[in-house]
Amino acid sequence: MVRVLDCDSDLRRRAWDAAASVVDPEIPVLTIADLGLLREVVLDGNHVEVAITPTYSGCPAMNMIALEIEVALERAGFHQPKVRTVLSPAWTTDWMSEEGREKLRAYGIAPPQASSSRRALFGAQAVACPQCGSEDTELLSEFGSTSCKALWRCKACREPFDYFKCH
Amino acid sequence: MAVANIQVSETPLVLYALRRADDALILGHRLSEWCGHAPMLEEDMALSNIALDLIGQARELYSYAAKVEGNDNDEDKLAYLRDVRQYRNLLLVEQPNGDFAQTLVRQFFYSAFADLYWRAMMNSRDATLAAIAAKSEKESAYHLRHASEWIIRLGDGTDESHARAQGAIEHLWAFTGEMFAVDDGERALIHAGIAIDPGSLRGRWLQTLSDVVNEATLVLPQNDWMQQGGRTGRHSEHLGHLLSELQSMQRTFPGLTW
Repeated sequence: MVRVLDCDSDLRRRAWDAAASVVDPEIPVLTIADLGLLREVVLDGNHVEVAITPTYSGCPAMNMIALEIEVALERAGFHQPKVRTVLSPAWTTDWMSEEGREKLRAYGIAPPQASSSRRALFGAQAVACPQCGSEDTELLSEFGSTSCKALWRCKACREPFDYFKCH
Repeated sequence: MAVANIQVSETPLVLYALRRADDALILGHRLSEWCGHAPMLEEDMALSNIALDLIGQARELYSYAAKVEGNDNDEDKLAYLRDVRQYRNLLLVEQPNGDFAQTLVRQFFYSAFADLYWRAMMNSRDATLAAIAAKSEKESAYHLRHASEWIIRLGDGTDESHARAQGAIEHLWAFTGEMFAVDDGERALIHAGIAIDPGSLRGRWLQTLSDVVNEATLVLPQNDWMQQGGRTGRHSEHLGHLLSELQSMQRTFPGLTW
């Protein structure tokens, strides 16, 4: 009995690790675990079901991510894995790991700030430039190259940069 | 072009989800028409991003409508295989893009409402609708801020941009009343705690509008005559043209997949 349980948790960890290794196709330095998109891995016998949650309702990366999870699990020896999407609780950037934030910064994207001030209609934010660290920056557009990013510019080093919006 | 329209059993809950899905799809499609045409690259991306959020919301709502209906329909059939008279969206969202001011005023009226509406719907007793609302309200907050900033910039900009923004407000005003209307079926859902009464949001919606419009040195119209019909399938001529483009692939090549 104990052996079966051990075996199960071992299998489950293998399934989790396989799913967690999938990266965001738009931000390939972040895994879906870093982003907080991977919500649950359920094991029933040798059958795996993975639950993921979308960042934004229309994020086009979700189909790709689901497919890549299936491929990663097949490769790890799990047959016909299932991926389902859960909406609740709604994804928030607060779920992004510290490690993920650091990876983002190193990649040149300013990581999300705490989401407490999101409601202010015209609230001012201070976002540090991921290149030079200066806080003398300005918002160019609240909608950037993907749903989850805004476009900013550093007034100190003059570099434009992406900011991963808090959500 | 001879693919039959699907039939939908519009129970109150199916109809409820379908109406919100149609709002999001049609407005999202309208915004997507700007892709490659916006006055500047940042706005091209902004409007396409907002379109994507709305189409994402539409997909969730269509999928839920199909699930509740329990027939053979799915999100794609609901979007591609219903004709004009079967669409249930607000007249506001199907109005043509016009100039940039008209697009942004339309977005401002809708987003100011959607932001309040989805936030209130997070307390729905229907778990799926509450979950969709929780995602949508976060997105609506961005949409509202974006539109509000543009209303101020256009209104308090040049004489030309001011005149266009004021003209758009007057042109679209009569389509805003429909957002607050409910019928008997929806009233029953409100009573059951599944939907919320949009009428209860009207005061706060007007407050948001006044705050922004005042700062923009624009004025809201005083007339309160409102045009309705979209919720029951009586649309302006514009929706048919929009659908002919949106549905052309599925109507020409039935069952086409990418």
